Amino acid sequence: MRKIKEFIIEKLILICGLASIFFVILIFLFLLKEGLALFKTVNPAKFIFGKNWYPISEPGQFGILPLILGSLLVTLGAAIISIPIGVGCAVYIAEVAPLKIKEILKAGIELLAAIPSVVLGFIGMVTLVPWVKNIFNLPTGLTALSGSIMLAFMAMPTIVSIAEDALYSVPKTYKEGALALGATHWQTIYRVMLPAASSGILAAVMLGIGRVIGETMAVMMITGNAALIPHSILQPVRTLTATIAAEMGEAVVGSEHYFALFAVGIVLFVLSFMINVTADLFLHKDKR
Amino acid sequence: MRNTQRAEKIAFFFLFLATLLIVVPVGLIFVIIIQKGLPAINWQFISDIPRQGMRAGGIYPAIVGTVYLVIGAIIFALPIGLMAAIYLSEYAKDNLLTRVIKLAIVNLAGVPSVVYGLFGLALFVIFFKFGASILSGALTLGIMILPIIITSSREALESVPYSFREVSFSLGASKWQTIRHIVLPNAIPGILTGTILGLGRAAGETAPILFTVAAFYLPQLPHSLFDQAMALPYHLYVISTQVPNVDEKIRYGTALVLLVMVLFMNLVAIVIRYQFRKKKKW
Repeated sequence: MRKIKEFIIEKLILICGLASIFFVILIFLFLLKEGLALFKTVNPAKFIFGKNWYPISEPGQFGILPLILGSLLVTLGAAIISIPIGVGCAVYIAEVAPLKIKEILKAGIELLAAIPSVVLGFIGMVTLVPWVKNIFNLPTGLTALSGSIMLAFMAMPTIVSIAEDALYSVPKTYKEGALALGATHWQTIYRVMLPAASSGILAAVMLGIGRVIGETMAVMMITGNAALIPHSILQPVRTLTATIAAEMGEAVVGSEHYFALFAVGIVLFVLSFMINVTADLFLHKDKR
Repeated sequence: MRNTQRAEKIAFFFLFLATLLIVVPVGLIFVIIIQKGLPAINWQFISDIPRQGMRAGGIYPAIVGTVYLVIGAIIFALPIGLMAAIYLSEYAKDNLLTRVIKLAIVNLAGVPSVVYGLFGLALFVIFFKFGASILSGALTLGIMILPIIITSSREALESVPYSFREVSFSLGASKWQTIRHIVLPNAIPGILTGTILGLGRAAGETAPILFTVAAFYLPQLPHSLFDQAMALPYHLYVISTQVPNVDEKIRYGTALVLLVMVLFMNLVAIVIRYQFRKKKKW
């Protein structure tokens, strides 16, 4: 009797172990099921490279190039801000900060990661957006720049904690060897620790960027949502994620617009899949 | 020699500056929300329904909706996540299948939240015909927090020393008995930490519930799993972008309540982990 019970439990455990594979496939299948229907009427090349996103005009135009460029611009801005600051902070926490401050900083970073994106978006709306408007003397502060700054704060916790882990897992002997040869602490960090942890830091940066590309609410609230090809970082833009979030509520189930939003979802899913697999390869390489 | 020391000082100054650039804005965010949100908080705000098109009254239905969603998500995700973690830490061999499972978990964690929303809409709302309901939303959120629960539970299970298992086996216990009576009890604090972090994440997310459950304005409590409901993060989004002329105080107050809910859970998780590390017997 007990044997049968254990057999059932162990099979159940195996099934749950496979659940994550099942869900990833399920997500992809359902995106495909709804999204691919668009390409019966719309040419895939026109979808990716089309310059006009007018989903509710007659006939609808579904070119997502402005959305892709919007996402890229905001992400690039966020990366430029968050990578140096995030990696710098990780080095400070891992190597320079005294033990007590280190624990407090780590808890602080964790709290930053926990702030819901809609709260960050709200704070961005009431503080950052007016500042950007006044400093650059713009008609509106809802710009790609505001989005980049706010998103940088969402990427930083990821970058800091994974980069700090990577620095921490560099063997102690490397550091001791460098110090014994007479290198200063900074020379050791710069010439020994950082190169040794480089693949982990790269993974940290990629996962941070992955977080930024997928971020929805904060972006939707502060980038202005104009589906036009951006010419400067001080213009309103609209990202892939914000398009789905803003328009799905109004799209009629089964319409071209509805399918197009799922097709945008496929693009996002594939992007995040590629980023995560690559980052995982880097992390894995580090552990060998 | 002096040059290298100066270089070190300058470098460390910049590292410190980078840290400040993160810490100070985060501090400011908290100060602003607490300072401007606190005056809005009173019993009526917490316990009343929204009135006058959300320009007055309270946020009670949104709080209740979020609590239902979070509980639903955890009821779905905890058993599956915990068993998946047991599989990975106790049964999985170092082979291709395990590698694929781990990769799937990483990907599940990286799927953009709005894509979860699309998935929930296509599968639960339309395919299973649950409609926009608490059930659809809770299941969507549950799948979203699965990777958090699996990863942290697995870490907790793996941190139980192997010698504990060996002793149990040597006393004649079977593999499942060992897991049930030796490994799990010792891993509970870690599992709890992961569960609470998952709860916090589910409470704060907006995009997955946009099309699966969230009601724009519904000044009553949900009666069943198949009802639409208001939710705190979506409510904050609505009153800060969709409804004109909402009193600043109400917006800040809503943000504060949401922030406090989420951060409270995270603090509890941090405290449990800290206590556990201090008391650890091995």
